[in-house]
Amino acid sequence: MKLKLAISSAIEALLANVLRSFLTMLGIMIGVASVMAMMAISEGAAIQVDQQISALGASNLTVRPGASRRGGRHSGANSAPPFTDKQVQILQQEPYVTAISVRNSGAVTVVSGSDNWATQLYGTNVGYFETQSWGVTAGEIFTQRQISQSAAVVVIGKTVADTLFEGTNPLGQVIRAKNVPLRVIGVLEEKGQSSFGGDRDDIVIVPITTARNRILGAHKTTPKHVSSITISIADGYIMADVQNQLEDRLREIRRIKPGSADNFRVFNIADFVRARSSTQATMGVLLAFTAAVSLIVGGVGVMNIMLVSVTERTREIGLRMAVGARKGDILGQFLAEAILLCLIGGLIGSALGVGAAELAANVGGFPISISPMIAATALSAAIFIGLFFGYFPARRAAQLNPIEALRHE
Amino acid sequence: MMANLTIGEPLIKCVDVTKTYIMGEQQVHALNKVSVDFIAGEMTAIMGPSGSGKSTLMNLLGALDTPTSGDLFIEGRNLSSLDVDELADLRNKTIGFVFQQFNLLNRATALTNVKLPLRYSREPVADIDARAIECLSMVGLSDRMNHRPMQLSGGQQQRVAIARALATRPAIILADEPTGALDSRTSIEIMELLVTLSKQGITVILVTHEEDVAEYAARKIYFRDGVIVADDRKMT
Ligand SMILES: Nc1ncnc2c1ncn2[C@@H]1O[C@H](COP(=O)(O)OP(=O)(O)O)[C@@H](O)[C@H]1O
Ligand SMILES: [Mg+2]
Repeated sequence: MKLKLAISSAIEALLANVLRSFLTMLGIMIGVASVMAMMAISEGAAIQVDQQISALGASNLTVRPGASRRGGRHSGANSAPPFTDKQVQILQQEPYVTAISVRNSGAVTVVSGSDNWATQLYGTNVGYFETQSWGVTAGEIFTQRQISQSAAVVVIGKTVADTLFEGTNPLGQVIRAKNVPLRVIGVLEEKGQSSFGGDRDDIVIVPITTARNRILGAHKTTPKHVSSITISIADGYIMADVQNQLEDRLREIRRIKPGSADNFRVFNIADFVRARSSTQATMGVLLAFTAAVSLIVGGVGVMNIMLVSVTERTREIGLRMAVGARKGDILGQFLAEAILLCLIGGLIGSALGVGAAELAANVGGFPISISPMIAATALSAAIFIGLFFGYFPARRAAQLNPIEALRHE
Repeated sequence: MMANLTIGEPLIKCVDVTKTYIMGEQQVHALNKVSVDFIAGEMTAIMGPSGSGKSTLMNLLGALDTPTSGDLFIEGRNLSSLDVDELADLRNKTIGFVFQQFNLLNRATALTNVKLPLRYSREPVADIDARAIECLSMVGLSDRMNHRPMQLSGGQQQRVAIARALATRPAIILADEPTGALDSRTSIEIMELLVTLSKQGITVILVTHEEDVAEYAARKIYFRDGVIVADDRKMT
């Protein structure tokens, strides 16, 4: 088969009947456009989920005190004792821990000069910035030493910095929380919205000791309590296994008798997000499947019109054979016609698909992602459809007997 | 490329060629054990009443169709021993076919029509445009190269078809009633063209109904009911 000849003959044939060529590729165009749009939307959703998960820490486990659902017995959430510094130190020795963070939190109003702002205050250890992969854009985070000293220092989120300091440098300034003056030593990187809708930058973070002893006033109950622990798990561990080990270890540490309910819960927040988004993902797969079906319908359309075209051009095929076209030449020409139709339809369809996806993003607010991979996939699908559905008509043309084809009316 | 052809052997040889069509219960012997040779360079006219088997023979000689029984040899090669691709190559390289109905591609120009066999050629032609133009000027149409068939007269269309048949420089031109669709004045022009080609050494075999057209040929073969009833050579 002569490739160049097949392609040039195919182009001549397609140009000879532009309107029909266009109508033939319409189905493929719509099919490719919908595949593109659906893939862009479901890919966009998947990327958003990944971002949410990595923002939460993909390999983090969080432990909170509380009633367990285990064993079907419920103890009141309030009755569960918080964790202690001691328990945290023990957990830190576990082999799968790469970083461990503690956090107590409370609502506060921070005051700077005459401005005030209601926000969330976290008391944390240094490890918190590690488990959250959260750094500062200006200044620095507090040190272990400042924690032991219950130092009056604060690292503030971007929203707080923007609200209280409006463009002036917050570093070195003093803000007050519950009348405790705190020196601003750092401004946190912007994190944006959480997957639950909150503003993650509307935050001030102080050493956990400062929070306990001077601001949140928890010393009235237990001076060393910790209300939430987050652990980053080392690479190579299976999260579900670690979660079981951690639960067993916590039962030991917190001296829970066999058969009694746990007074803590271990969360894998990434699982939460995944579960929430799985319905969305299923929808995406369904839509992509529907789009693929429309592509196949387009392919059947190409096949039908190619079959009609082969019948109409039987004499021409006979003539080509009479002047020396081999079977393979005829097969190649008609295959090239089908593939070209699908390829051009696919290119136009890709452009339409990108447009449709942009529309979905702008009007419907869907997160979308248009990668070259998606375009390549949609186009190869179109070429494959051309090859697959073009083969039958092309073979029919190639198998014609020269003299019968020439006598065809 | 006449390697298989020993001296004195005919260019085309038919041995007991039979073509039978089965029409329902009936068998039609379009050709009945026809044996005939064609010598290189000799112009032959095939005559006979309608339905006598002339076209059937031409189609077999042109490797467009296969006989029910018997053997055809072209340049010493038995056609029944060739596969479909070899037959296609033979039609491309050795044979130029001219049809009564011209069979041009209507959407293509004269030049593109003439180039068609060259594009399928397995032996690369250095400049197929130049070759096609050369063939069009041989048939006197160098000023009509970019015309489409609809823009040409019947005689001109048949000239384009002859130029197309000449494009790969075949040894044989087969013309089945090439003047059948033309008026008598145009017929004479086409016949004179075929005579010219014959004089250049091409073996021309044509089918015609008209005695005065056949007069141009050196040899006349008469068919009736699928058999040859007369075979006359002009005395020169
Ligand atoms: N494809 C065919 N099917 C059936 N019969 C055919 C076919 N082609 C030719 N014939 C018959 O074979 C005989 C010879 O036909 P043909 O060679 O076309 O005659 P000619 O060209 O001399 O007029 C006729 O009787 C014709 O009806
Ligand atoms: Mg006939």
